[in-house]
Amino acid sequence: MANIGVYVELKEDKSKKSNKEAISLAKKSGKNVYAIIFTNNLDQHLDELKGVKKIIQIKDQDLFYQPDYYSDTISNIIKDFNLNDLIGICSAQGKDLFPRIAAKTDASLVNDCIDIDFENNLITKPVFAGRLLTKIRVEDEFKMYTIRPNVFPVHASDSEEEPEVITKELNKIELKTRIKEIVKSDSKKIDLTEADIIISGGRGMKEKENFKMLEEIAKLLNAGVGASRAAVDAGFATSDMQVGQTGKVVNPKLYIACGISGAIQHFAGMKTSKVIVAINKDSEAPIFKKADYGIVGDLFKVVPLLKKELEKIYTE
Amino acid sequence: MNIFVCIKQVPDTEATLSVKNGKTINEDGIKWIISPYDEHAIEEALKLKAKIPESNITLITLGPKRCESALRGGLAMGADHAIHIETEEHMDNRAIAKALAIAIKQEGNYNLIFIGKQAIDNDSYLTHIYLAENLGIPVSTNVTLFNYESEKVFVEREIDGGEKEKIEMTTPCVIGAAKGLNTPRYPSLMGMMKAKKIPIKKLSLQDLEIDEIDNKIIVEKLFAPAEKPQGRVIEGDIGDAVKELVKALKDEAKVL
Repeated sequence: MANIGVYVELKEDKSKKSNKEAISLAKKSGKNVYAIIFTNNLDQHLDELKGVKKIIQIKDQDLFYQPDYYSDTISNIIKDFNLNDLIGICSAQGKDLFPRIAAKTDASLVNDCIDIDFENNLITKPVFAGRLLTKIRVEDEFKMYTIRPNVFPVHASDSEEEPEVITKELNKIELKTRIKEIVKSDSKKIDLTEADIIISGGRGMKEKENFKMLEEIAKLLNAGVGASRAAVDAGFATSDMQVGQTGKVVNPKLYIACGISGAIQHFAGMKTSKVIVAINKDSEAPIFKKADYGIVGDLFKVVPLLKKELEKIYTE
Repeated sequence: MNIFVCIKQVPDTEATLSVKNGKTINEDGIKWIISPYDEHAIEEALKLKAKIPESNITLITLGPKRCESALRGGLAMGADHAIHIETEEHMDNRAIAKALAIAIKQEGNYNLIFIGKQAIDNDSYLTHIYLAENLGIPVSTNVTLFNYESEKVFVEREIDGGEKEKIEMTTPCVIGAAKGLNTPRYPSLMGMMKAKKIPIKKLSLQDLEIDEIDNKIIVEKLFAPAEKPQGRVIEGDIGDAVKELVKALKDEAKVL
């Protein structure tokens, strides 16, 4: 039987939320699942890895992400274990690491997959920031995929079978690209691409200071704070907050757009949100055509009231 | 210093997109632009040239005849030379990166290659990393800060949750430009006049000794996603509307 690998992405030894999706998807393929995980503390991850056939654990006293080490190590694992497919997450790290592995192993990689039909070898992925979708066939022996977070179903495993654990060392090749350090963000921001809830502000926010209102609600809901391009260009928000065609593509359960008119480029970045709420004083704003719920009104009145109502639920 | 900037021509972000023959977009009436991330790549090259004036900036693109206007646009911003690998063929990212790598190598010496971290049509996030791996040189993607000092490159790249990686590379290397990197300039009138006179070097795939295109990624279908049904605007007093909204989010949509 063919073998499929899953790269289990960790951040400071904590599992990324979407690893569950990647593992569930790999199991669905019907192939032997090999989980590839870089950790010295496997025990804390075992629950999540239930039902996989083998765990390839990479150990080292320093597992700090260096793309050259990681890509070389994984490329060798692919060869040693005859993996025919490799799945990862379309995260910042996935988009850095997977193309390197694909180039080294001469594999075909498709990033940002939203559906994978293993039986018919058909992958669905958004193009033009999701304004169109494409179905792709990969004519290659070895295929790699990164999946968009929050899209694939998660199935709990009922398997009682203990996975076999194989330990490997990190291949410390010469570093061509050296990550010296990680600069933390001033405030602990929720990663927009994985966030369950996002509250975003647009030009209607009027000034940078007013984003505090959104941050307060975000804190309450454990949500991320996003922005439209207009808000970023006006200096109200930083570019890492931008949602849209030239920003992040997000996929939360709930997206609350405050003072965003809803340009086609912004919509492209958030339209797959399960529920979209629009708050805008202009009843003609295009965002209302796309929103599940809308309130026409001054956001400086609506947002504080919204906060008050949410506090009632979340502080109960 | 020899700087290359790889650019791609894409439909304007405002363009209305429709599908032709179920596989490609309908190009009629489309306004074409340089992919925005590639504009950041050009701008960063120009900024470096301002510091190291003896530098040479060469733009390079691959695509049909229409892509010439993208090169003209980049020349008008201030690039010195332009190479057009002209082909009507559909090529996947791997095939494109291979062709770009061969063309850059043919030019001789290269110190830095700037390129957008993605093109906003296919959103593949692949070409720049494949290009670097083809050339066997370092690469950073999603770069929001760039510094060059005596053959060393220092960059910051944005990762998840607003954090940044500080990275060091040696030249030659590839820089995958992201939005926070800079603000691309508009071409000046003089720049546009000057750009018209710069000859564009035309190359065919045969010139690169590519006889056969080995596409592994085959597009079977291109289509528009299903539209969401129109939602509802909650009318009435704002206080009541907000209450109703929160109730609906909690009980009806179950997202709170």
